[in-house]
Amino acid sequence: MIADPAPDPTSTAAAGHPLAPIPYVVRSVILETPDTTTLVIEPRATRRIPATRPGQFVMLYAFGVGESPIGVAGGNSHGQLIHTVRNAGKVTQALTRLTPGDAVGVRGPYGQGWPVAEARGKDVVIVAGGLGLPPLRQAIYELFQHREAYGRIEIIYGARTPKDLVYYDEIQTWRHRSDIRLQVTVDAAGRDWYGDVGVVTTRLPDARFEPEKTVAFVCGPEIMMKLTAQALVARGVKAESTWISMERNMKCAIGFCGHCQFGPSFICRDGPVIRYRDLEPLLGVREV
Amino acid sequence: MTETGEGEVVRALLKHPFFGGFEPAFVRAVSVQGTIRPFGVDDLLAKEGTEADVFYLVLEGKIALEIGSGDRPLLTVQTVGPGEVVGWSWLVPPHRWRFDARAVKPSRVVALDGEVLRRTLAAHPAWGFQFMVRFMPVLAERLENTRVQLMNIYDR
Repeated sequence: MIADPAPDPTSTAAAGHPLAPIPYVVRSVILETPDTTTLVIEPRATRRIPATRPGQFVMLYAFGVGESPIGVAGGNSHGQLIHTVRNAGKVTQALTRLTPGDAVGVRGPYGQGWPVAEARGKDVVIVAGGLGLPPLRQAIYELFQHREAYGRIEIIYGARTPKDLVYYDEIQTWRHRSDIRLQVTVDAAGRDWYGDVGVVTTRLPDARFEPEKTVAFVCGPEIMMKLTAQALVARGVKAESTWISMERNMKCAIGFCGHCQFGPSFICRDGPVIRYRDLEPLLGVREV
Repeated sequence: MTETGEGEVVRALLKHPFFGGFEPAFVRAVSVQGTIRPFGVDDLLAKEGTEADVFYLVLEGKIALEIGSGDRPLLTVQTVGPGEVVGWSWLVPPHRWRFDARAVKPSRVVALDGEVLRRTLAAHPAWGFQFMVRFMPVLAERLENTRVQLMNIYDR
């Protein structure tokens, strides 16, 4: 295990150390679901992490508690970062309890992101399950920004229930775009839900794309990504054009500690976004 | 409810993926007493526990399949849309609906008479076999999807 440097957020002594977080401050907090929060954070001073690419992650440091790998959901040229965090342990619990003005440490960004540039000229199918939407959010906005550079864009988002959907208001604005197709589905719903119900793979037959010229980005829990990738390949999308974002126990995030090793890959360095073709034999293997 | 001519039902069935490729004579035989029905939002196509005498083929819209019990609210477990079918209770005794089916969008469906279907399938085993070969994958896919739902795949 890597020892946390536990820096003073106002100190510059640790500047330059690869494991030293840079102090940021929480600008705003959005409660997405009862256990999931979106944090908008900004650099506390002039130091900031380099610009992020869609699909990368950072290590967010809850001072006095520890750090956790969190996907980048967005950012801007002023250094602002957006992260959506589910309360799933001690560190993420502390992160979801942050309030505006609180300090948070950031190091990164790390890893290989979504091949947004490679997808130019092709149809793009984005499939998100549960909390798999946040790591895709920045890629989605990049596609929107350069909409003319892509063919059809299909976004399919699945969650357990309507209450588990994140970015609910944003999704409503996506619905009004005529240049993309969006399908939102949940596993179960009450009578106040008039949308689709069924697992996320049930929406794929309805998706419009040309399989042989399609790039697919899939993010969610591993079983969901496996089933979705299988369904995409069955529909004719190439396994090498299907990308998934793996989550493992990232600790150092720079390929030193080996905590996130998955077969021959270090997810923090070689991923988190990896071609399905390269991981297919390992997905579903127990104790990898 | 709108009653429709047999010819219109046959044409709608021949365009529906479920009946695509079937012999026209079979499609005409099962279309007897069939109708095309529109349903508004929240209209019920089926009510749990009532007699299941209809096989629905969705042409337009969206239908929610709901289950529930007296002590808890109804739960939608699946929605089906154009090209899909609703109902197997007409085939399986005691021919009572096992769920509610409710339109969640303005919908148009073909409603085939369950008694006519059962009689036709029994009288023409070759057609009956072809029908079951088409029907079983629908049931298998729904069973598979239910299993995946039970896995709660969105929990990490």
